[in-house]
Amino acid sequence: MSDLVGLFPYWAVIVLMMTGLYIVIAQGNLVKKLIGLGIFQVSVFVLYIAIGVVDGATPPILSPGFNSYSNPLPSVLILTAIVVGVATLAVGLALAVRIRESFGTIEEEDLLPLTMPELPPDGEARS
Amino acid sequence: METLLMIGLLAALGALAVAIAFMDDLLVVTMLSGIFSFTCCAIFVLFDAPDVAFTEACVGAGVSTVLTLAAIRLTGRREKRVGRRASAVGLLVSTVCGLALVYGTLELPRFGDPAAPANLHVAPHYLNESAAEMGIPNVITSVLGAYRGYDTMGETVVVFTAALGVLLLLGGSQSRPLHRGDAPARADRDVILRSVATLFVPMTLFLAPYVQFHGAYSPGGGFQAGAILGGALILYGLVFGIDRLNRLVPERVLQVIAALGVLTYGGTGLVTLALGRNFLDYDALSAGPTGQQIGLTAIELGVFMTVTCVMTLLFQRFASRRSEP
Repeated sequence: MSDLVGLFPYWAVIVLMMTGLYIVIAQGNLVKKLIGLGIFQVSVFVLYIAIGVVDGATPPILSPGFNSYSNPLPSVLILTAIVVGVATLAVGLALAVRIRESFGTIEEEDLLPLTMPELPPDGEARS
Repeated sequence: METLLMIGLLAALGALAVAIAFMDDLLVVTMLSGIFSFTCCAIFVLFDAPDVAFTEACVGAGVSTVLTLAAIRLTGRREKRVGRRASAVGLLVSTVCGLALVYGTLELPRFGDPAAPANLHVAPHYLNESAAEMGIPNVITSVLGAYRGYDTMGETVVVFTAALGVLLLLGGSQSRPLHRGDAPARADRDVILRSVATLFVPMTLFLAPYVQFHGAYSPGGGFQAGAILGGALILYGLVFGIDRLNRLVPERVLQVIAALGVLTYGGTGLVTLALGRNFLDYDALSAGPTGQQIGLTAIELGVFMTVTCVMTLLFQRFASRRSEP
């Protein structure tokens, strides 16, 4: 039972990660893919933060009266990663906008024949 | 109790992710991903990481939701239904991968284990020594600015570079100043929105410097404060129209300040070099905790400038782009 609770956060992270991966693989819309990548990314954030938690501890801000603190390192890594994440998301979205302006679509299915005309049009080579 | 809360929140997160995967209206998907981020914030608070929760609330739930909405406006709201075959391949790959990962977790230290390897090596040094070495109670700020100052400089440069990328991709020719009455024409309809924004924008503007300068004593720092100030400006632009935001903070000014932020950070490193110590070794500025605090203040200021300006710039670029017919 304690094993089950002790591993639950990791399993939840894996569910999130795989949902993100599924979106990236299966869905053809580029913006949707970016949102899927975002979910994948958040799952990594939760994983890092979960690893740093110490039972019965407080956040790592030193204060008299407390002597058990959670690990500060994951917080540092993840809070900068979140800001970098939104910046790279913006680059991805900007690319999607430009693709839409050039080709009139951001659906992978319609884009591939336009960008690689040598592929057979029925999509056999695609998935 | 805490365990139940954790299980509930993580389950909600999973349910939201699955809902996002199967919706094909991108507007709904974006709103769901905003809720997803807020749920994450709650989890981060529960996991003793208030600094991260701060950032996620502002950036994950706020800025990225707005950016995605702005992008959807330009790329279309509906997505095509997923083909059977792609769906099956995706499910197969992610299930197999997931099961392999679950098998891997069986050997991991249990959640909250104080003896987990991650909590044994460098973390105790930070927790035990940083009070004497830095003289400030927020260990996260010490690690971010001083112990791992190189990393943070890298992150700041990445944020700046990403902004450059967006500026190049969504470059000038297509953007236009919106015509008068283009966006804010519905002034009479948005009374509640405007009143609430009038109340909230100034409060947020005050919150940002507090989070910045109190970041050594409570959760906060340059990244969080920058995201909050950027968020306040974006809210202003959303409610009162992009052209008013552009007039308040012209893009050119933001570009210069964003670059100055990176220069402040790098410059601090160069000053310490010039004083004969290592790059970003704040002991060069003054011995003991005072030098560390001067260095921390300088680099946090640089981070704050860059993050604020980049967040605002990104929004401006997406919002002022003309949508295709």
